[in-house]
Formats: sequence, structure tokens, C-alpha cells
Amino acid sequence: MNHGTDFSRRDFIKISSLFLAGSAALSTLPSGIVSGLGSNPIEGKGEKIVYSFCEHCFWRCGIAVHVSDGKVTKITGSEHHPLSNGRLCPRGTGGTGLLYDPDRLAHPLIRERKGGKQYYRKASWDEAITAVAGGLYKIHEQYGPASIAMLHHGFGVSFFKKMFSEIGVNKIAKPSYDLCCGPARQATVLTYGYPSDTPEGFDIKNSKYMMFFGTHFGENMHNTAVQEISEGIRRGAKIVVFDPRFSTLAGKAEHWLPIKPATDIAMMQAIMHVLISENRYDKAFVEQHTVGFSELWDEVREMTPEKAAAITDISADAIRTVAREFAFHAPAAFVHTGRRTNWYGDAMQRIRAIQILNALVGNFKMPGGVVAFQKFPLVQPPAAHEHPAYEKEVYSKYPFFPQDEPSNTIASHEIVQQAITGEVKALLIYGVNLTETMTLGRQAALDALQKVDFSVAVDVLPAEVTGYVDVVLPECTYLERYDDLDNGRAFRTPFVALRQPAVAPMFDSKPGSEIARMITDKWGLHGVFAPTVEAGLDKKLKLVGSSLEEIKKRGVLVMPETDLYRKQGEPLNLNTPSGKVELASAQLKAGGFDAVPKYTPHPEAPAGYYRMLTGRKPMLTFGRTANNRFLGDLATAQENEVWVNTTIAAQHQLTNGDYVHLKNQAGIVSDFPVKVKVTQRIRKDAVYMVHGFGHTSKQLTWAYKRGASHNQLISKTDIDPIMGAVGFQNNFVTFVKEA
Amino acid sequence: MSEKKKNYGMIIDTRVCVGCSACVYACKAENGVPEGYCRDWVVQETNGEFPKLAMENRSERCQHCDNAPCVTYCPTGASHYDENGTVQINRSICTGCKACMAACPYDARYVHPEGFVDKCSLCKHRIEKGLKTACVSLCPTESLHLVDFDTMTAEDKAMLSGKDVYRQKEHAGTEPSLYWISARNKPGA
Repeated sequence: MNHGTDFSRRDFIKISSLFLAGSAALSTLPSGIVSGLGSNPIEGKGEKIVYSFCEHCFWRCGIAVHVSDGKVTKITGSEHHPLSNGRLCPRGTGGTGLLYDPDRLAHPLIRERKGGKQYYRKASWDEAITAVAGGLYKIHEQYGPASIAMLHHGFGVSFFKKMFSEIGVNKIAKPSYDLCCGPARQATVLTYGYPSDTPEGFDIKNSKYMMFFGTHFGENMHNTAVQEISEGIRRGAKIVVFDPRFSTLAGKAEHWLPIKPATDIAMMQAIMHVLISENRYDKAFVEQHTVGFSELWDEVREMTPEKAAAITDISADAIRTVAREFAFHAPAAFVHTGRRTNWYGDAMQRIRAIQILNALVGNFKMPGGVVAFQKFPLVQPPAAHEHPAYEKEVYSKYPFFPQDEPSNTIASHEIVQQAITGEVKALLIYGVNLTETMTLGRQAALDALQKVDFSVAVDVLPAEVTGYVDVVLPECTYLERYDDLDNGRAFRTPFVALRQPAVAPMFDSKPGSEIARMITDKWGLHGVFAPTVEAGLDKKLKLVGSSLEEIKKRGVLVMPETDLYRKQGEPLNLNTPSGKVELASAQLKAGGFDAVPKYTPHPEAPAGYYRMLTGRKPMLTFGRTANNRFLGDLATAQENEVWVNTTIAAQHQLTNGDYVHLKNQAGIVSDFPVKVKVTQRIRKDAVYMVHGFGHTSKQLTWAYKRGASHNQLISKTDIDPIMGAVGFQNNFVTFVKEA
Repeated sequence: MSEKKKNYGMIIDTRVCVGCSACVYACKAENGVPEGYCRDWVVQETNGEFPKLAMENRSERCQHCDNAPCVTYCPTGASHYDENGTVQINRSICTGCKACMAACPYDARYVHPEGFVDKCSLCKHRIEKGLKTACVSLCPTESLHLVDFDTMTAEDKAMLSGKDVYRQKEHAGTEPSLYWISARNKPGA
């Protein structure tokens, strides 16, 4: 749709290497990190340790950044921060690879159109900010605040959120809700009355029996959880893994159950059936603290282990064994809700089934069971301006979308769709590489980026998305800036953490706090932010009796351990409509949905095709690390592989190490070939590939053309009608051999 | 051989190792290991047939042998026993002849781009400051333990007691100083 503006197609622009960090980054490096000739432990003058927190994944571990002569030499785990406990995953150590990435965006860029040609022009910050403030203002004037939307991923977004709230823009989405944490969050709200969090509310440290469905700790290096699971193994805790693939975690399990993909709810129902029919559930807890037990039994009565065995490809005996062991070890036993749980469009109900299993064994607020960690009670200073009602508005059309998350008021795929239909006319994209984000697949993202009248990307690297916008604003990395205080993580010892710069911003990049301030200033809105970012942090910390000076020393303020466990006979007073744990949900029923999770069969693969499953490598976090040379230095990190069962590989005449293109059910063929891993570690009906490879941007000189893009092969999505999560595992691929 | 004042080595608990490679990156950052090389590495070994599979993850490195072929075969004396019980390389007299690499049964060495042979030093520079090795300090699962086998603590002994523990290629007579707690052990063994 053309809205009367001078709209022309937005061609992809290959950002000139002149506008990237280039050799300037390399020359600033300590020898041994990139020069390749370091031969001694790095020790220099002016050594200091700066305590901050990581940005290589959402877990946000505490880091100790070692600085020597103004250069970051290494990053280790902060011994003060409760989530890292002195230890760190590879990605945390790999921060130097981002900081000193020669491909970093070095200057603000503005799209120019001349004689049918489009190109980026290197701009001054003032020019770029004028263009952004003006572009957004124009759309705001013409179409109103709801025509502007922001997509974000990363902790630095808080300043842009505040900037937008000043002009009434509140259409904000974080794709991680749709793709990762949304279903668990909302399932826990609907069952227990509060949102699940990070780290997830499980008392791993004290558990004796831990069940996991498809979640693969050890490959996802969620530091604290991996530490506690390891401690569990040393203690003798048993691990049970349901996964079509023999994951690293499955390798540690007492029972690995290679379940047929897409049948988990049938399995969960069968475990409920055994618990109830064999009287192994916690009757006292169920009677006193739950509602909907009879509705639940009506639903699962028919799902015998024998019936489930036929659906899930796991024997009835194994199902009974697991159910009985689970009950035996309860309440120090749990089923974990996992992460990146959006598979088939019924993810929220699947996680509800998990939380119902937990409720049946009465592990709620018991040692080793489900617990509710607390957050550090940070006092928010009064806003500079009155926030009108729009601040509370939620734009999502999904009935059980969160109503209480100011940074997430609409699903990211809804923004993509609204951009395509013209309802959204301007996009600010903070740290989201939209074309490679599993939101609605690559093509929909490209359509959306083409369609909007004005777009801005705030990013560190020339990710694909930065080639499709009108203005590119280079943010400095998390190692070069202050951000807001982090009290967003709930834990046994509630804490608030500081992000502080270890080194000054490199090139012509700036922190988000400064970028957002410059935009509001340009709008003539002064005093939105504290005079300096430091002053703002200090003010917040003074409200809790601390100061910026104090928190800088250790990077974190930690409270004593809270009491996580319930007392005998104590009412739970949950924030659900019934005040109890909702085995059956009257809210869901009233909304026209199933009160109790039901098993629904999902599409099967066409002949010769295999269900495409995805996951991650422990040293990588998708786009955040795709171009990281430090992390990419290990052979195992350099490309993704497609895992193919040995028998299937033989049928397709594939041998280990072959390169093939993948073709999905809609005929899309991967841009690049991918290496075949022939393995016993996966079922015959599925293949597996790590997400975040196969980059097409030549400016990501390291990531370009390594492996194949999982995102490109998603052409079917299944959106959860209840809460808006996007499932994408109903995509199937086959192999196209190199000519 | 200088007189041993310490007898450092490692106990590695493969039951908990997830093969994340944090140890490899920690070592690279700590020791300025050049691009394309590493002093430690991760092996993920899977055995069996679907669905009866078993896995062991191991963080491997120089085994700091008590009877080290690299020391025996080094023509210049560059590879030598340190008084802390480890095997070290004196770069200034290493000619890069690779005799040690041919002799090492663990493939623990590489030729540094500057011409000398390099390998795990068990972070000698850190041990001397009373610190643990970079890999041991950072390992998220606490799979790695630095141990002085001459003065084993009660904790060190408890770690090994009652478990299936092995050393690699013992038949080679190298007397390696790395002890592996097998992944075959049941949890809590």
C-alpha cells in the first residue's frame, strides 16, 4: 500500500567497509587475541577489574572484565554475582570477540537515493539524530503514536522505551516472548497466578528427580542452572529427558526417552493418568490448594500408558516407571518448563500440562520442587512526566497476552503483520536481526521491512537488518557503556546488578542512553532522562540506601537468601481467579479455550521429508555471537550441521561430512549447503540443526556463508491462539545433494 | 630432573562435564593462545546404538606425565619437568623440531606460529600466585579440579573414592597426572 508519501522500494544496501570498524579494531587489540602471535599470559600496566554483567544471552551473568592499558584482555565470571558464582560460559568469555570485532558499525549511516541507486552515506550523529527524530515525528503527526512500533532484544532498550513513552508510543515487542519464554510465562500465570521468570522457578539445588521435555541444558549454557544441575548429579539426583535427540543432557540422564516429536501433551497426560489412577498424587495438596481436579481426570482418564505409547513411541512400561519414580521422589521432584518452548502452536497448554504435573505431586514451594524466587525490591523514582493511560495499553489481539509487561505490549509477529498491512508505518529495531529471527520466517520480515515508511536500526554489527533501514545508529557494546540497573532477575538471593563501562566507546559508536537522550532533546523534550546516566543510577541506588560508588566496587548488591518454602497448612493465596492452583482454568474456558490441556495430533512429514528441529551450541547465542571470531575459533563453532539418523542417511546415500542443501516442504532451498552429521543420536523422523548460521550479509565477514540458515527454511508458522507464541516445528526438510 | 616440591595434576569429573568448551576459551584468553590453536580441547564421545546410547564429555590437555616421552625425546632439554610436578617447555631453547609431538601419546602439543612448541602449562604462572588454572577457575560445572597429589585434601580423596576412575593410555607407561572420573559412574556414586 502506498500512503501518498514518496515511497519507493528499500533496496538492500551492502554497507561499505569504509563505514565499519575495519583494521582500526584490530590495531587496538592486545596481541594474542587477534594478532595470533600472543605467546605469553597477558599482563600489562594499569591492570584493573571492572565488574559488570554479560549481554551475550538473556541470563545476564555477572562478569569480571580484566582491563590492561585501556584494553580488555579477558572476561571471567564475577565471584560476587549470584548467577555466575565466579564461573562463566564460553559466550561470556567471548565478549572480547564482540568488542574488537573488525566488522562493527563505526558510524551513523543514512540511506540516500540518487538516480535509481540507493546507498548509505556516513553521517554525523547530529544529522542521523535529526533524521530519526524528524522521521518518527512526521509519522507520529500524520498517523498517530500507534503507527510507530519498536522491536527489541537486549537490556539497553530501557532508554528507548522511556524515549517512546514520552510521545505516547507504546507498541513494543520482544521477539523472545513469541519464540522463547512466552508460553512458560503465561502458563505459570494461568496455573499459579504469577509469571515464571529467569532463572526458572525450580529448586534444582535440592531436587532428587528432574524431568526435562526437549530442553537441553548443557547445550544452552544457562550458567546458574547448569551449575546446579551438575551439583545435582554429584549429589545423586536423577535426570529424565524426553527428547527426539540424544542431547548432552540426555547423556547424563537415568532415562532418555526418545519421544516422537509433537506428542508431548499425550505423554504428560499419560503420566497424570498413572499418578491419579494409581493414587500416587498428593491428595492433601490437591484437595486443599487446587481447583479443577475432576475436570482434569475426565480429560486424562482415557490416556492410558498403552494409548500414549502408541502416540509417543515410548513404551507403556517406561511411562509407568517414570510416573512412579516422579511420585516416589516428590516433592523433591519437578518437571522443568524449559525455554524456547514454542513448537506447534499449543505451547502454552503444553507448559500448563507440565505445571499441572508439578501440582499433582504437591511440589509447590517445597525443597526440590517449584519455587518462586524473589526480585530485589528496587524503588522506581517518580517519572519526569505523567504517564497517561496509553502506558497501560496492550495492543496484542491474543486474549491471554501479558497485561503487565510494559516492554512487551504486542507480539513481534503482529508488528511484522501490521507493517505489511500498513498499520505500522515506522519501525525502530533495537538489537533484533529481524530477517533471521524466527518470527514469521525470513520472507515476511523482508516484506515488513520493505513496506514501512520509515525505519531505524540500533545495532552493534552490520546484521542483515541494517541493510534494509533508513538510518543505522551504531551502539557501543555492553562493555563500553552504562545501562539501567538490573533487578529483573529473580533468585534465591535477590540482587541488583550494575552494567558499567570497562573501556570507552570505540569508533563513532554511542551508548543507547545517549542516543535516546539526543532524540528526545531533538523533539524538544528536555529533562526526560537524568542529567547523566551515572546521576540517574546513583539516584535510584540512593533510594535503596546504596550508591553508584558502592555498587561499582562489586557490580552487584545481594540480599540474604529468602525463604522459598511453604509452611504446613498455610493458605497459598495465589493470584488466580480461584486463589488456588488451577488444574482446570475457568478463564481459559470462558475465553473459548480448553480448560485442561488436550492432546491434538500435529501434521506429519511428507514422504522423504523430516521434521526440522532446532537448538543451539553451548558457545553461541544465535545472532549475538554469529560473527564472533574469538568464539568462532573452535572448529565445533564454525558451522552448523544437520543431524541425520544413520538409517535415514543410508537411504539418502549420505555419508558423514557430506555437504547438502536443505529443501523444505514449500520448496525453499537453503542458500548455502550444510554439513551432514550421520548419527545414532536422533530419531528417524526428525533432523536437527542449530539456529543462527547461514548469514547472507557479506559485511559479517566471519559469519557470512557459514552453515545453513534454519530461519530461511521456516515457511509455516503455528501461532498459539491463546497467547500469541509462534511455533515453527511443523516445517519439514529433505536433502538436495550438491551437483 | 629437578627435585619435586609439588606434584600437580588434575581430577576431571566427566559425569558433570557438558562439553561447553568454557575451559578452552578461558585458556585461550588467559594464555594468549594464537588463533586457530588451543592448549585444551573437548571430546564428546558417544557409544552404542539408538536408543541405547552412552556419552562421555571430556576436557583434555597435556597430561603432565611423570614419565613423559616428550621430555625423554626432546633433543635440547626444552621440554622438562618442573619442580611443581608439571611438564614445561623452555621456549628459548626449543627449536621446533617436533620430536616431542611425535612422542606424545596424547597429541597435546602444537607448533606456535613463532616457531616453538606450545602446550598446556597447567597455568604455572597462576599456580605460583596461589590461583587455580584458568580452566579450573571458570568451569561452570566444576568438572575440573587442580590437585597436588602429594598433599591430597580429604575432599580430593573423597572425589575419587568408590568411583570408576581411569587414566588415559596407562599402558604407554607415561604415568599421566590427569585422573578421570568416568561418566559410567551412576549419579551420586
